[in-house]
Amino acid sequence: MSAITPSLNITVDNLSVTYNNAKLALYNASCTVEAGSITALVGPNGCGKSTLFKSIMGFLSPSQGRVLVGGTSVKKAQKRQWMAYVPQADEVDWNFPVSVFDVVMMGRYGYMNLLRIPSAKDKRLVMESLERVGMSEFRNHQIGELSGGQKKRAFLARALAQEGKVILLDEPFTGVDVKTEKRMIDLMIQLREEGHTILVSTHDLMSISTFCDRTILLNRTILASGTTEETFTEENLEMTFGGLPVANYRNVEFRM
Amino acid sequence: MQKILITTNLLNWFTEPLQYGFLVQAIWVSAFVGLVCAVLSCYITLKGWSLMGDAISHAVVPGVVVAYAMNIPFAIGAFAFGFGATVAIGYIKSNTRLKEDAVIGIVFTGFFAFGLVLVTKIPSNIDLFHILFGNVLGISGEDIIQTLIAGIITLVVILLRRKDLLLFCFDSNHAKAIGLNTQMMYYTLLCVLALTIVAALQTVGIILVISMLVTPGSIGYLLSDRFEYMLIISVISSVFSSVFGTYLSYHLDVSTGGSIVVLLTFLFVLAMIFAPKYGILVQQLRKRTNQGCEVL
Repeated sequence: MSAITPSLNITVDNLSVTYNNAKLALYNASCTVEAGSITALVGPNGCGKSTLFKSIMGFLSPSQGRVLVGGTSVKKAQKRQWMAYVPQADEVDWNFPVSVFDVVMMGRYGYMNLLRIPSAKDKRLVMESLERVGMSEFRNHQIGELSGGQKKRAFLARALAQEGKVILLDEPFTGVDVKTEKRMIDLMIQLREEGHTILVSTHDLMSISTFCDRTILLNRTILASGTTEETFTEENLEMTFGGLPVANYRNVEFRM
Repeated sequence: MQKILITTNLLNWFTEPLQYGFLVQAIWVSAFVGLVCAVLSCYITLKGWSLMGDAISHAVVPGVVVAYAMNIPFAIGAFAFGFGATVAIGYIKSNTRLKEDAVIGIVFTGFFAFGLVLVTKIPSNIDLFHILFGNVLGISGEDIIQTLIAGIITLVVILLRRKDLLLFCFDSNHAKAIGLNTQMMYYTLLCVLALTIVAALQTVGIILVISMLVTPGSIGYLLSDRFEYMLIISVISSVFSSVFGTYLSYHLDVSTGGSIVVLLTFLFVLAMIFAPKYGILVQQLRKRTNQGCEVL
């Protein structure tokens, strides 16, 4: 069903975000996330990755510039259930008394009536999404009982159940074992084949070249953006990570 | 023989107060308020809004006095000031560099102090003691109606919006991402919080209402991993405390609000110690067995 409708791109146009303490978190950021691609968003800690993510998702309002998804405003895109978000692990209250099934069902709320009574289709899609990430047997577990990788998969299942066309994953590989990482990457590649646009913020430079078509380098503003081969040059990485020991990342290039 | 005596005594303990109309009334009003507070407390504890409840409850005081002076129902004045305080808190927080707890502390004490000034200046028959600590035994028919209206509105709103409110408490970012109006949910939750406090004003009073808004939900939270069970446990413990607290206050001739909250707190202590999964006892035991494993 997702494959039939065209993929959507994300356009970030001259975006600046200032926080309450007058600190400029992001300035004059312009970039495009190509429709139907897996794009990596890379930068050091505190470079504005989360700020850019939150602006794209409409969680905070920029002081300047705008974001368009598939040519329309983020607000409209949200109403059409285009935007799915997989949060960082520390953004979630894991002690909250909800089950995995409940969480995935929350992905369907936008399709339900005001009382949020799930239809047979909603239940079916929730079960299918759980199946797809291999979490069916954990559906009745309270979310805090899951391992790091299972937690990620549960929230990825919520994004699947939402049938979002654009999926943003914030640091999906932190606290996740290699096996789960591989599994999530496979799933992302599948989703791209189905026409989803996927934006991943990550520290894991090693794995980017294995599955990301495009890369955006960020440090307060967009420093480079393009195909992963073009963008992942030593020069660009050095610019992005500044004083950090970039030499450590050099072997990434040889792998490509 | 002795057994029968104890049974009749126990029966008397329950039936004797029921011959007094005002006590019967106090019991069911307390039970109703206990129910409303318990339902809301599940959301308030999960959202982490206990302090906000404290703020609203203190901020209603000037509203009660102003309502008296203007000759309108106390519930309207109390609600207006309670809700006004939360708007003030939200405004100050987003327009200054102050942290939320400081803003809450400033606003609610400011409102409360203003209420004290009004109470002592405007001549009225308002008994400050009744506002602070409740007066369910002397509650008037008019006040019962106001309590009922405020409570029923709260229950209906929560019943209709329960899933959205729970999503808002759990993950407001996701609520936004799927196009829901989180601003409206924020104000909906604040509104029903203010209404609940208005409803509880006459039974336990503004000082103790915070206990009714935090403790039942916390008991449920300690005893369960599912929101539905948490809700049921919360309601049972709150209604139980409200009914028996009123009985106790009659038999022991002590403050009604006080005995309701003492009972509720006692239930909380039991839950805290003996909860099967999150209780202190179980966790200590678990720690000990784990240590045993390490030694091995």
